[in-house]
Formats: sequence, C-alpha cells, structure tokens
Amino acid sequence: MATKIFMEALSPTMEEGRLVKWLKNEGDAVKSGEPLAEVETDKAIMELVARGDGVLRKRLVGENESRPVGSLVGVIAAPDENIDALVSEAGGAAAGGAKPPAEVVAKTQESAGATSVPQRPAQSQGEASAPPEQKTPAGPPAIPTQGQPSPASGNGGQLRSSPLARRMASDRGLDLSQVRGSGPGGRIIKRDVESAAAAPSAAQPSVRVARTGADYEDVALTQIRKTIAKRLAESIGPIPTFYLTAEYDLTRVTEMRAAMAEMGDEFKVSVNDVLMKAVATALSQHPEVNAHWLGDKIRYYNRVHLGMAVATPDGLIVPVIFDADQKRMREISREAKELAKRARERKLKPEEYTGSTFSISNLGMFGIDQFTAIINPPEVAILAIGTAQDVVVPAAGGTAVEKRVRVTMSCDHRAVDGAVGAAFLQTLRRLIENPLMLVF
Amino acid sequence: MPVITYRDALNQALREEMQRDDRVFLMGEEVAVYQGAYKVSKGLLQEFGEMRVVDTPITELGFAGVGVGAAMVGLRPIIEFMTWNFAVLALDQVLNSAAKLLYMSGGQFNVPIVFRGPNGAALQLSAQHSQSFESWLAHIPGLKVVTPGTPYDAKGLLKAAIRDDNPVCFLEGEMLYNTKGEVPEEEYVIPIGKADLKREGDDCTIVTNGKMALVAMQVADQLAKDGIHVDVVDLRTVRPMDVDAIKASVEKTNRCVVLEEGWELAGIGAQVVDYVQRECFDLLDAPVYRVHQADVPMPYAKNLERAAKPDAAKTIAAVRKVMYLE
Repeated sequence: MATKIFMEALSPTMEEGRLVKWLKNEGDAVKSGEPLAEVETDKAIMELVARGDGVLRKRLVGENESRPVGSLVGVIAAPDENIDALVSEAGGAAAGGAKPPAEVVAKTQESAGATSVPQRPAQSQGEASAPPEQKTPAGPPAIPTQGQPSPASGNGGQLRSSPLARRMASDRGLDLSQVRGSGPGGRIIKRDVESAAAAPSAAQPSVRVARTGADYEDVALTQIRKTIAKRLAESIGPIPTFYLTAEYDLTRVTEMRAAMAEMGDEFKVSVNDVLMKAVATALSQHPEVNAHWLGDKIRYYNRVHLGMAVATPDGLIVPVIFDADQKRMREISREAKELAKRARERKLKPEEYTGSTFSISNLGMFGIDQFTAIINPPEVAILAIGTAQDVVVPAAGGTAVEKRVRVTMSCDHRAVDGAVGAAFLQTLRRLIENPLMLVF
Repeated sequence: MPVITYRDALNQALREEMQRDDRVFLMGEEVAVYQGAYKVSKGLLQEFGEMRVVDTPITELGFAGVGVGAAMVGLRPIIEFMTWNFAVLALDQVLNSAAKLLYMSGGQFNVPIVFRGPNGAALQLSAQHSQSFESWLAHIPGLKVVTPGTPYDAKGLLKAAIRDDNPVCFLEGEMLYNTKGEVPEEEYVIPIGKADLKREGDDCTIVTNGKMALVAMQVADQLAKDGIHVDVVDLRTVRPMDVDAIKASVEKTNRCVVLEEGWELAGIGAQVVDYVQRECFDLLDAPVYRVHQADVPMPYAKNLERAAKPDAAKTIAAVRKVMYLE
C-alpha cells in the first residue's frame, strides 16, 4: 500500500513550503516517523516525516523548490509496487525538479516558435469548447518560472481554474497561465489570483539573487519576510494605535546587577532580563493589557506568556516565554538566551513562537533612545525598550547623573484606553525603580 | 418577547386563524378529543366545538378528499396528517385533486386548503416513518410547500398558509415541536416564498430549510470560532423558492453548500445547485457541495441512523471543502 508524501502545514500560518533538502534518496528504506526532508516554512526550517513504511520510491520535488501545502511531493511504496498512477497524478511535476531551468525554457520557446500558438496536446485539438482563457488576446506562451511547470497547466494542457478566478483574472488583466493554482489538481482559485495580483513575484521560489556591481539588488521575499509584511500590514492598518512613553530610573537596577555579579558569574543578569521579569510581574497585575483582541470580544489572559522580538538574519520572530510571571529571573534569563539563539538558527518549533499574550521589543543594544513598536495582533499592546543611558538630571544643590531607560508602549485603543496603559506603566515604574519588589 | 415552543406557536396560529375566520376548521386523526397526537391542537375542541375540530377514522385518502370538497364549496380546511409518512395514502387527493383543480376547472374552483403534519426523521422510527417529503411535494405545480424551522417562522407561515387561497403543504418536525424560540405577542404573518438570512458571513453560503436550519445555525456558530463566517439562507418555503436570496448570498461568498434532510437524487439541493450554477456561474470559486441523508432507507439501529442523517460535522466538512481548507 503506497503512502503519498504531502507538503504538510508545519506552522499554523504556513501556505507553502520550500523543500530545502531531501534527507533520503530514492530507493532508501524509510519507516513511519522518520525524517524525509527539511522544509522551510514561513517561520522556520522543519522536518517533514514519513507517514508510512516502505521505500522512498519517488521524489516529486527538487531541492529549493516551493510547493503549496497539500501538494504531492513524493511517494513511499513497496519496492515492486506500481506507482505510475500516483506519479502521473502529480501532473508530471517530477520533471521540474530534475531538469535545469534553462532546458525547460528553451524547449518551450522552441515549440512556441514553431506553432506560434500556446501549445496544446493533440487529443484536445478537436474539442469544440475552448476554455475561456483562450479568448483573451494571445500573449507570450506560458514560460514556466524557474523551471517549474504550473501544476494547473500540467493537466492535459488545460488550465484548471474556478469561474470566479477566470473572471477576476480577466478583470485585472492577469494571464492565468502565470498563476500557480493551489486548489485540488492545481485548480486556480480566488486566493491564487488575489495573491498573484498583489505580488507578481510570489510565484517564484525564494532564492537570494545577489548581483555585484549593479545599481540595485533584487532580493526575492523569503517566507518569513512575506509573513512579516502580511501580518504587520494587517496590524498598522486596522488597529487604532496610540503611544505612551515613560522614562525610568535604573539606578537601583544597576546597583542590584552589580551586587549580583559580585556573587559570581552564575548570578549575572542583563538589564533586559530584569526588565522582562518586571514586565511579566506588572502584567500579572494588569490583565487589561495582557489580552487579545478577537473582533467580537477581548480575551484577557490570566497567564502571562511574554513574547520577545528577536532579530534574525531572515527577519523578526517573536518566541515566547510561557508563564513568565511565574518564573524566576534566572529562568527567564536562561530561556531568553536559549530562545534567541535557536531563533537565529531557525530551529524554533511552532509552539515556541505562538501563544504570546504581550510582547516586548528591545533595541537598546543598537543605541536607540526610544522607538515605537508595531503591535503583534491579536495582542493589544507591545512595549518598546530603548537603550539604558546616563542622563543628567536636576538634583538637590545642582545636577546628578542617572542611568535611565525610555520605554514606549503601543496600545490598541479598541481594547486599551490611555489611562489603562498609563496605569500599567506606573506599576512597571514602581517595579523597575525598586527592583527588590520583584522578589517580594 | 415571550419564548414559546414550536408546538405552542402552531397552536396559537391555529387558534388565531379560527377566531378570525369561521370558515376555518381542523380535521384529522386524534385532533379533537385527544388534543392532537403531538398536542398541537390542544384546547381547540373546547373553544371551537366538534363542528370545527373534527376527529376522523384512520382514512387518510378519505378525509383529505372531504377536505378538498369542503374547500371547493367555500370552507378553509386544515387537514392534519399524524405524519407525512401516512399522507402517502392521501397523495391522490393532494396531487390530483387539490393541486390540479384550479387549472383543470379553468379557474372556476380554487382550493384553499392546508395539509399539515410532521415530516422527516425523528429518532429510531425506522425506514417507513422517517422520510422527508418536501422534494416529492415541491415537484408538483399547483402546490406550495412550506418548511418552517423555528417557532417564529412556524406561526407566521401557518397563518399565511391558512389565508392562502390555494393548497399549501405545511411540513413540521416531530423533533421541532419542543424547540423554543421568541414569538412576539402582536400579530404577524410571514409571506410564503421568502427566505430568511439566519446567520451572516462572507466566507460561504449554506442554503437549507426546515429542521436543518437549526443544524446550519449550529454549524455557523461553531465555524465562527475558527474564524469562518457563513451565511445561513433558510429557504423556509421550498416552493416557491426564494432564488433571489440564494443569488444575493452566493454573489457575496462565491461558495455554496446545500444542507437538506432528504435523499440526494432529485432532492431540494439538486434544484438549488441547478439554480446556482446557472445564475452564479462566473462567481463560483468552488463546486457546490450537498449534505443530505445517505442513499438508504433510514436504518433503525441508533448508530446507523446517526451515520445516515445529515449533521453538523458533515456540513462543516463540506464548508471546509468548498473553502479549500482540506
């Protein structure tokens, strides 16, 4: 009994995945649960595992190619089992992985030159009803992008598309043969036309193309960058945001850190660790900002799951310290370091970067005095932390120098009013300016 | 607004129409002394007397025919079938007399009659007593077929049916009689042939009728938790069908699932699909899926009966399918 290998949804928001590397060769025996390939999702690189025992008979996708979730990417079967039907079901997509792009392109152009009409297989020449897209003015023949035949066109030469998709494409002047179908059998549906219209390059696999000496550099969107763009545009658009800034005195935090460091290396904590502990503690007292906006209701959390924005070479990701208010500063410090490290290595599991109830973003290490962060929906607020710096302040009989930090909270006004946000920042001030409260 | 049962809503409609028009009378098995097999006619014998609330022998074809004759000479009979399964015996009077006389008499005789009773499956009543007849009846020109799913719709539509000058088949539900809903104290009548949008959403349309309207509303509420918002178009009347309401919804959602209680072949859903593919062809992003009873006589065994009936889980699966979520 053959087992089909599908591109699986390996993150909650994954729509397509790029097969980074096959871990098994055709002909290798595999067991259920064994990793078959590494797949880049919109967030991380994950393993795609076998769902059945047998031999990896066919790899239908080449390395570095992307496929929508649900696409057939390979077949596991007994060594002598006939899998022709399964392979042809994939629409001959197997060729895409094996042949170099140039060869495919050249072949297409050649046949286009000979016939000057889009190529159709012989058996469909006699059909009376041409599909509607044939009525549109003949453009250039369909050239599969990056050597990747559109699955929709792999089916007997006829594009499969929903009536709505055809109409939308004709309204927007889009050539359907350039659109990748994500429906069953590669059917092009509404969402495909929408995404093709929004980002013409979305159909191309994510590959960095570095040009030296050119006027500019084109960098295709990585999955994570696409997700950031989508999510943040969702955020700044519909969310009525306002900002509250406060400056806190870090004198006692500095004293405390110095005292702890004197006790030995294992007691060293960063300013950020103290701030995270303080934020988590303040959140446990202010569920009104530890909440999700759910459209028709606001969900206030009793537990504090603190998201921390981490910069990675690919972009921003927000791993979560769960139940941060219940954890000691040492645990927060250790977890934060570990999560940041694995985020940069792209080793985070989906459950490690979903479920935060409030997030913080710290650009202190870049010397940023203060900034505003964009809310990570459905959360209702985010705290942006600037750099800790020496500030001259008025003091009795003259001036003094104090270590201070500026924080700015972005609040979703649909859920959080000004005074509510201010009260949270007030609690936070008490905790940060009297850090012994954190052990109280 | 008072919350009452579907049963009491029907009882109110009968009482109010009998008070309003003394040509209206109720006839059927056990409607008078026993107060109705499902107590829909409770108290009517006491209020209106035995000339207007008439017990019959077990003779469906006979009393249906008496009803047609009474309607032809100016009365407005309501014929209660203990269930529509028993009405199969009376179909000659329903189809060949009531439905045809206006046409065959060249407009001389209209037949203002209501045939009413419970329709569809209840629980473990087995193959002969669990059938949904709306598509059978809706097939016949000359009949109107009404299938209310809520107490509010039941009262407003029964009053409209009694006031209609032509034959109306009124399909209730044994499992509906005890369901509750808001029914206003002041008088209202719901026009026959108007659908009702019972839930609103942009992602998918569920077209349904009768008892399945309740299932569709459950489905809508459950899907909403996953962020999927569906239109529930409750047809309420399957003939004439409110095709404008279907079109308006599918134009908005681009996707349609039809949920019906009966069997697949030539069912109400087949008619809806025919209409949608013709009128909304360029607006469809997915094929229309149907959810219906399995193509077998209704099994008696509880587990098999459950498997055969259309339900919320099957409907959710169909919605997810047309949304390309699985």
